[in-house]
Order: sequence, then C-alpha cells, then structure tokens
Amino acid sequence: MPDLSYVRSEMLPERAPPASQVGIVGWARANLFNGIGNSILTVLSLVFLWYVLAAILPWVFAPTWSKGSLNECREVFAADGGHGAACWGVIRERWVQLMFGFYPEAERWRPVLAFGLLFVALIPVLFNMISRRMNWVLLLVVLGLAGVYLGGVLGIIVGLALLGAAAFVGFKAFTTSKEDRAAEIASGVKRLPNPLFFSALYPFIAPWLLWGGTIWMPVGAALGFVISVLAYRSLLPFVGNLAGLIIAVVAALVWWLLLTAPFAGGLHTIIPIGLEPVESRDFGGFMLSITIGVVAIACSLPIGIVLALGRQSDLLIVKALCVGFIEFIRGVPLITLLFVASTLLNIFMPPGTNFDIILRVLIMVTLFAAAYMAEVVRGGLAALPKGQYEAADALGLDYWKAQRLIIMPQALKISIPGIVSTFIGVFKDTTLVSIIGLLDPLGLTNAIRADQNWNGIVWELYGFIALMFFIFCFLMSRYSMYLERRLRTDHR
Amino acid sequence: MSSITLETHVDRSKMAVSDHIAIEIRNMNKWYGAFHVLRDIDLTVYEGERIVIAGPSGSGKSTLIRCINRLEEHQEGQIIVDGTELTSDLKNVDKVRSEVGMVFQHFNLFPHLTILENCTLAPIWVRKTPRKEAEEIAMHFLEKVKIPEQAHKFPGMLSGGQQQRVAIARSLCMKPRIMLFDEPTSALDPEMIKEVLETMVELAEEGMTMLCVTHEMGFAKEVANRVIFMDAGQIVEQNEPNEFFNNPQNERTKLFLSQIL
Repeated sequence: MPDLSYVRSEMLPERAPPASQVGIVGWARANLFNGIGNSILTVLSLVFLWYVLAAILPWVFAPTWSKGSLNECREVFAADGGHGAACWGVIRERWVQLMFGFYPEAERWRPVLAFGLLFVALIPVLFNMISRRMNWVLLLVVLGLAGVYLGGVLGIIVGLALLGAAAFVGFKAFTTSKEDRAAEIASGVKRLPNPLFFSALYPFIAPWLLWGGTIWMPVGAALGFVISVLAYRSLLPFVGNLAGLIIAVVAALVWWLLLTAPFAGGLHTIIPIGLEPVESRDFGGFMLSITIGVVAIACSLPIGIVLALGRQSDLLIVKALCVGFIEFIRGVPLITLLFVASTLLNIFMPPGTNFDIILRVLIMVTLFAAAYMAEVVRGGLAALPKGQYEAADALGLDYWKAQRLIIMPQALKISIPGIVSTFIGVFKDTTLVSIIGLLDPLGLTNAIRADQNWNGIVWELYGFIALMFFIFCFLMSRYSMYLERRLRTDHR
Repeated sequence: MSSITLETHVDRSKMAVSDHIAIEIRNMNKWYGAFHVLRDIDLTVYEGERIVIAGPSGSGKSTLIRCINRLEEHQEGQIIVDGTELTSDLKNVDKVRSEVGMVFQHFNLFPHLTILENCTLAPIWVRKTPRKEAEEIAMHFLEKVKIPEQAHKFPGMLSGGQQQRVAIARSLCMKPRIMLFDEPTSALDPEMIKEVLETMVELAEEGMTMLCVTHEMGFAKEVANRVIFMDAGQIVEQNEPNEFFNNPQNERTKLFLSQIL
C-alpha cells in the first residue's frame, strides 16, 4: 500500500513567467512564428504586402500637385518613362468645390464656423473629461477667430476681445489647481454655465449659419420647445402623463407650422438682424454630406429609442404603429425614399408650398436611420436580464425613471457597436443623394469631369473622396471603442 | 439541502410581533395562462413577524412573495399591504413598492452604477432625498452590512456574498417597513451564505417585518416566528418553528422535512 498522505509545509511564492513568453520575442513567437505553417504564412503575407505597396505607392506619390490639367500631368508621366501615376492637380484646384459645392464664396466662413462650433458643442456630449472652463475657452477661441477672419474694425475688435477672454480664462484654469478651484467655488465664486447649454443651442445656431435669413427664425424654432415644455408643466396637474405629452407635442407643432413664420417675419420688420440667405441648391460637397450625416445621426438615436420602446410596449396601438413603421422603412431601399422625397412628395403638398429639398432629404434619411436604430436598440434591450427590470420596479421607480436610469444606460452600452455601425452606414449613405440631383462629393465628380482640363480623371477624385469618408468613419469607430472602454464597469 | 449553523446567539429581545396587520392576503388566486399557480391563498402578516416560506421548487412560494410587491399580478382576491390594496392603479403599486424592500436570488444590482450609486438611486429619484443626505444614509447601511470600504467599486468587482449584502443595503436605504427575501442565499457558496444570513439575523433582531423564501432551515429555526410550507400553489401547513419541525401534521410536510433535514 503506497503512502497517499501529503501535507504542504509552506506556500509557494509568485514567480515571473519564462523570458521566452514576454516582451517582443514572446509576442512574435506567439503571434507570428507559432509553428512552421504560421511562419510560412507570415513570410508570404509580408511578400504580398511588399508587392502591393510597391505597385501603389509610386502611383500615389506622383509630383503632380501643381499641374493645371490632365494633359500637363501626362507630359510629366511621358518625361518620366511613360508610367501612369496620379494627377493630384485636380484636388488642389477643386478641393474648395469638393468641400462647399456652389456655396457663395463670400459666405463660406459660415459653414466653417458651423463646423468649428460643432466640435465645441460635441465635446461635452462625447467626452466627460474636459473641464467646464476649457470648453468655454474653445468656444471663445472659435468665435474670436471667426471675428478676426471677418475683419472690419468691429470684427477685429470683437474677435481680439474674445481671444483675450479665452486666454484669460484658459490661463486661470491652467494655473489654479483643482483643490483651489473647489475652495473658490465653495466660497461663493460663480462657476461658468454648463457647456451643455451651448450644445443645446447649437441645433438652432447651425441651420441659421448655413442657410442664413433672419435670426428670428431660429429664435422662433427654439421658442417652440419652450412653449411645449410650458404647456406640459402647466397642464400636468389637470391631465394625465400621456395626455400632457400629446398636448405638448401638438402645441409645439402648431407653433412651428402656423405661427413661427409670421412671428419671425414680424419681428424682422421691426429689428432686422440676419445673414445673407443661401439657397439649398447651392449646398454641396462634404459640407452637404456632413450636414445630412450629423442631422440624421443626432436625430435617429432618440427616435430609434422611442420606436424600440414602443415596439416593446403593452399598448397595442402604439406597438402596432411602431412595428409597422420599422418594418415598412426597413423593407424599402433608401433610394426609393429619396425619390419619394424629391418627386412624389410635391404632389401631395398644396400647390405653391416650397418644402425645401434638403429638409425633405433630411427627414427621409433620419427616418430610415431611425428604423435601423430601433432594431439595434431593441437588441440591447433584449440582452438585459429580466432581473434589472424587476429590481428597478421593486425599488418603486416608475417606467420612465427605470428606463432612463437603469435600462437605457445598460441597453445602449451593449448596443454601442451596432449603434456606431448604423451611424457609419448612414454617413456613407448620404452619397446616395447624388442620385436625386444634390451635389454631394460624388455628384460633384461629374461636374468636375465636365471641365475640359479634367475630362477623363477618375481615380484621384474617388480616392480623395474615399479618404475623406474613411477619416470620418474611422474616427467614429475609434470613438465607439473609447466609449466602450470608458463605460466598462465589470472587471477593472 | 445542508443548513448552515449560525454561530451568533440570536437576540430575541426586540423581536416582538405587534397586532398591527402589515400584509393581508384574502382568497388570492393566480394563473400563468391556464396554469393555476397560486390557489386560495389566505395569509395575514403582523408587523414584526419573521416568516419563512418553504416548499419544493415549483410550489409557488417565490410567486407568492412576488405578488406582494406586484412583480406578479394576481387575478382573484385581495392583497392589502400596509393599508394599500394592490390593484392595476399604478400609483398604489409604486407606493407599496417604495414601502416594501426586496432581495433577489441573483442580487440584481445595477452593474453600471457604483455600490454607493446603487444605494442612493431610489432614495434620490423616488423619495426625492437630497443627494448628500442619501449618501449619508447609504454609507450608514453599507457600514451595517459591513462593506463601507467597497462603496466606490462596481458590483462586478465584489464577491457574491458582498453583492447580496449590498442588495440588502440598497433595499434598506428606502427605509422599508417590510422586507421580502426571494431565496437570497441560493446562488452563494457556503462561506458566503453565512455572511448574508448574519446580516438577515441582525435585521430581524431590530424588529423588521420579513418574509423569506429560503431553504436555510437553521435560519428558520433560529429566527422565524412562523414557518409556512407550500406545495402545488397552496399553503399546506403553517406553524411556529418548533412545532413545525418537530411535529409536522400533513403527510406532504413530513415527506419534505424528512428529505431536507
């Protein structure tokens, strides 16, 4: 009979892993040369990569930036031995057009400013690490630069003043420590307003900058929300939650559709402040893509959430409406919806109404994206354990509070990859508007090729447009990864 | 099922049952579709009672306590909690839920919030307690369940026993008058069961009204003032613990006890 008993007398200490498992050597062994088959594949891949790059890079790095036409480029190639290469002169000559379309030259500062302000407005929404004061510094810098650029005595004075204020606030933020600032706030020094305040105003500022017209139009549009909230608050004690909500929406719609235009027109005759109006048909290029993309992205998420909740609702009619909408929109190609927007919709409108073409496209693209978003969000909702709903219920949270505080934060977190995929898809789908005659970058390529100097140029234009789209989409993708990391709370 | 012996001596000095009614269930019936899960339940719970509900799986014991805060709807009869009848009126339901704490088998902590935020969420949003005060209350109860140092961690970083104690603290932050426990220790390792049971004993010692679905018969013997045995959706037998364990009357109860003890 062998002796089976054993007693350990001391516990073993921790040891470092063997040297071949760590560092660059360990990484390469594990990932590149893990066995004979993998080593061969690694070498083959490197050779393949070499051939591809050797073919593409000389084409890309051609000394044609300064050339004024395709023929001039061809002369360069002939002198160089006849190898074809890229003719980048077209981008140098036409990139402004690819950015702005036919937007009037004197007014191009407006889309640029709107784009700059977009970042200022997005930062507090997207990131929570940048301090309140730094965000205001950014806003002041953007506005100050715009003032200096516009020039004139007034512009330069106001611009310099804004830049000075930015420098002052920035310097103070930079030199006071966190503890000192906390003490200052505790002793009654007023904090700057929350930068989200500007983010909320941005949806009214940007369209005004882009389309111009009287300033009372965006003011009127914003008033619609104020009226809606006031109606809801004042009626809530008398009617139910749902009825209050419906009345609030109706009040806002009545205000926007019937009263905003006379309100803005009337005030404009008294106090005429405004920008030169720009027609929708002059919009084009990446400015158009970004406008449609940003609006569709920003609106589709909340609409999608509402649709996803409606689809799960116990209220039969709400549920049927949501399911019908989602399934119909998802069952129809976006192109079809765009054709409806560009042609059919006019038939249903009373004669003489001028329903802006970009607005029509915006609505269609947003609805299309919202239907997909609803399904993505529904996936996130379905992935939540039932216990989360029960725990929220058991604590006495009502439906909306439970959704807002417990369910949605988790469901949206789960759906981040799907949501961002939808965003990226929508942004790329904006190129489809070229089919109904809007001059997005793809639509402009035809206009550029119609120029005799550039007749026959293809790769350079599409390559440039592809690169621009790639940059935007890649940034969105990286942001989603950052967000997933930031929101990860399980095993830190 | 093994039962954990509680080492602490249970102090029964404050465990007085008053003659105020906390929960009254009259002739309650519930169906899942065509399946009759709860049949003619009649139960009166007095303030300060510690009731343990036992029974085989599928006997309806979890469903019964889930009806008390209307996580499940009953179809017939009446449930009156602290003077409020549970009907389809959502206001009454929310009122009852904010008075009745519940602890679940799988804890159901909110994984996206820290421990402290888990505990302050309902006081802030339902009771409208100012944040600072809610945090003080939360820390008080986290100290009571002996994990104040975990307040700023996330639930996923805690052990099962710690999570369940957080779940108890989270319920207590609403200052409930009644606590429901739905198999609070069934998902835990033996070492962790004890720490959760000790927390529950402390709660009982302070006079909390408790309804507890559990298989921990040691806890039932030491703490409960009444044990209810359910089978096939009905209350088969109920008695004070000594009589229940030593002198069961119904054949079904005898069989059940012979299998688990």
